Amino acid sequence: MAAKTRVCVKINGEQLEFLCEPRQSLLECLRDILGLTGSKEGCNDGNCGACSVLLNERVVNSCLVLGVEVDGQEVTTVEGLADWRGLHPLQQAFLDHAALQCGYCTPGILIASKALLDREPNPSEDRIRTWLAGNLCRCTGYDKIIRAVQDAVGRIAQPREEVKR
Amino acid sequence: MSKDKRSTPEVTDYEVVGTRPQRHDAPDKVTGRALFGADTNLTGMLCGKMVRSPHAHARIRSIHTARAASYPGVYAVVTAQDFWWAKDRGTNPDESGETIKYLHENMLAQEKVLYVGHPVAAVAANSPHIAEEAAKLIEVQYEVLPAVTDVREAMKPDAPLLHEHLVTQSLSKPVQKPSNIGSHFQNLKGNPTQSFSQADLVVEREFTTSTVHQGYIEPHACTVWWTVDGDLKVWTSTQGAFGMRDQLAKLLSLPMSNIHVIPLEVGGAFGGKLPIYIFLEAVAALLSRKASRPVKMTMTRAEVFLATNPTSGAYMKVKMGATREGRITAVQAELYFEAGAYPSADVIGYLGFATAYMFAPYEIPHGQIDAYDVVVNKPRTAAYRAPGVPQANFPVEQLIDEMAVRLAMDPIEFRLQNVVREGSELLNGTTHGNIGAEEVLRAAQSSNHYRTPLAGPNRGRGVAQGYWGNWGARSSCTISVNGDGTANLVTGSVDLSGTRTTIAMQAAEVLGISPDRIQSNVGDTDSIGYTEMSGGSRTTFATGIAAITAARDVIAQMRGRAALLWGVEVQDVTFERGIFVTRRSGEKQMFFAEVAGKIAETGGAVTGTGNVDPQGWGGAFGMHIVDVQVDPETGKVDILRYTAVQDVGKAIHPSFVEGQIQGGAVQGIGWGLYEGYQYDTRGDMLNPGFLDYKIPTATDVPMIETILVEVPGPNHPFGVRGVGEVPIIPPPAALANAIYRATGVRVADLPMTPVQVLEAMGVI
Repeated sequence: MAAKTRVCVKINGEQLEFLCEPRQSLLECLRDILGLTGSKEGCNDGNCGACSVLLNERVVNSCLVLGVEVDGQEVTTVEGLADWRGLHPLQQAFLDHAALQCGYCTPGILIASKALLDREPNPSEDRIRTWLAGNLCRCTGYDKIIRAVQDAVGRIAQPREEVKR
Repeated sequence: MSKDKRSTPEVTDYEVVGTRPQRHDAPDKVTGRALFGADTNLTGMLCGKMVRSPHAHARIRSIHTARAASYPGVYAVVTAQDFWWAKDRGTNPDESGETIKYLHENMLAQEKVLYVGHPVAAVAANSPHIAEEAAKLIEVQYEVLPAVTDVREAMKPDAPLLHEHLVTQSLSKPVQKPSNIGSHFQNLKGNPTQSFSQADLVVEREFTTSTVHQGYIEPHACTVWWTVDGDLKVWTSTQGAFGMRDQLAKLLSLPMSNIHVIPLEVGGAFGGKLPIYIFLEAVAALLSRKASRPVKMTMTRAEVFLATNPTSGAYMKVKMGATREGRITAVQAELYFEAGAYPSADVIGYLGFATAYMFAPYEIPHGQIDAYDVVVNKPRTAAYRAPGVPQANFPVEQLIDEMAVRLAMDPIEFRLQNVVREGSELLNGTTHGNIGAEEVLRAAQSSNHYRTPLAGPNRGRGVAQGYWGNWGARSSCTISVNGDGTANLVTGSVDLSGTRTTIAMQAAEVLGISPDRIQSNVGDTDSIGYTEMSGGSRTTFATGIAAITAARDVIAQMRGRAALLWGVEVQDVTFERGIFVTRRSGEKQMFFAEVAGKIAETGGAVTGTGNVDPQGWGGAFGMHIVDVQVDPETGKVDILRYTAVQDVGKAIHPSFVEGQIQGGAVQGIGWGLYEGYQYDTRGDMLNPGFLDYKIPTATDVPMIETILVEVPGPNHPFGVRGVGEVPIIPPPAALANAIYRATGVRVADLPMTPVQVLEAMGVI
């Protein structure tokens, strides 16, 4: 086993540090070291998007980033979307539109969608579909996901709803 | 069609059914809190890793594990030797139809490996990386044998034999000589040979479909702990906790009561995580016992493709005849389905569905179907959403379209002329019950999509329909009433897509309370009665009936409590729309919550129970309409518009029903246009990853329009029909029919990739 490296990183707004082996991916570090199991492994080769996280506001497949690479960076995972005001408007839109079935791809799709809406406040259907092409969903056929993202556009300007449960 | 023949649901003015409340588990799933198969973490937990065969067909000469076992960080190594009690198990199926010997051999190969990825050993270590390194230290010597991956090749007399002693199970003629044909059966109705000679029009073609995978995004994963006191705890992603428990009891020779299966959230399954075939859990159990530690095993994506349970590729010859007025006179079909490495456990199941449902939409006086289950050097095949039917539907719906074209008839009108009704006899001798076949065709015909003309070069519109018979089976539900008028509901049905809510909604309808007053839970095998797996489109129907039964039990008990409080007899208390009423001595009323508030002082807990095994469920039809544009230079097929029409009985939660239809349709589109296992000549899979095994992305499909037809299903208080499987059936044929109308050529082989389309067009 290789010597472990200390990594200092801001995750979901919280500055923290952990030790990891150089060969461990960011996804492994999040799930196995930090206990943030919201990001999912679907392929471990960058083709499904279930492990999508934001690295300094850019969407990355966390299975393709090494843990040691995020030293000094900022990472946002699905666990960082909701806050004391309640769910993120995208999360609420996904509930209202039944935009998930098994829920396994959902964390990655929420993260990718957030990155899109952070950049482009009012994307077209085509733009949303192209942006989400790297996030596979096997349950929904994408229809309700696209509608939820479209609907979230209008909600982001609104004040957040209270936590429902 | 006379409406009076329909079974009338017991309730028609609903408070809850048909609304769209928020899903009970959705907040967990959008915040990352939901725990799936790989999310279990226990103190001292090890990671297990399989060692897999690099050969498609080989005899195992020796396995040396010493180097791996002494590698630092390794706690246990197992091979088939560790299943020592499995050796004497014969090849006869047990009462569940499964051959335990094959299950054992598929988990850890004994004498031979039969596909690339076949496990031969497993290790457990204190990190996944160390387990991987140790797995590479296990030395296996193979005698490589010739492999066969195509059903037609596998049936040739000189084909390499996968199982030296396999003789064909056949009802018609006894077979003695070993072959790769596991079984053969036949459905026969009337006299098809004579009837074909009297037909004005006969169409006949050969078709093939590829091996395809369910493609769930969550790889198989479990954590197993064989404790020192002999109990087995299993946290896993499965479609059926009880089925998993029972199979483990047989595989490990343990009492059922010692096995505690805790079902986790399932990241997609579609028949690929049925508890019938076990890949990891029993091996993890062996590792755990040896190591005296809990062991987690997860698959990589490549392992999922190589070594789980894709569904059969098929070779099919189908022939249909009709009169010039457009009445089908006779059909004949030969189906050759891949079983993969072992003969299908439940051959009558998968091929039985294919043969029963392929012609089910049509009134057919004469027909013959011969079905063959053929072993090949591929992973063992299993169910994928409407198992067997999309393959067999693909030829039928193309030939129906071909006949309509040749008779110059509208394709829906042609189908209407031959539509089945209640009492129509299928080729397997069963008859249709209460069905909505005609209603679906009429709804498709009058849809905005079908009535809007499609214009433009290289464009075409195709239609196809499909049928799935649905399922009932055992379900268990308990409802416990709380003092504040809320309730906690537990069922044994693993929730694949929102059934916590559709089940709670049915209970809420009976209890007269809002569904968000019910906490809806999936129980483990220690906390609820036996419940069959979530599959076969049974859950909202059968577990719904269990919940309705439990809710009625709750009401009966609470009427007693109200009677006690009022000092009247229980028969003097009625329950009307959420309110307990007595008129015994002046009218008095109490709300559900008021009686709930008094249960502590009227005898203690109120827990309703529903243990059911409902029969007489209704099957369902769906028709899909698709517009495509085919690029004549590249052969690429673009979908312009897509509509799915389906009889859903009664949609408990319409958004979820739409979601089932949309998701199924897009899986069917993937099956039709993109997906297929590819092999080299040595039997090595060329595309075991999502880069090369392409499933539809958001850019490949348009919005999927849905039209829900509600012909109440029989033998359910609200008229529920299963909805999940029908929508995967029609897409391949609907796309093929659209491609024909765009290009003038028929594509008979799936997937209809650009290359296939160009070849059919004669361009290459």
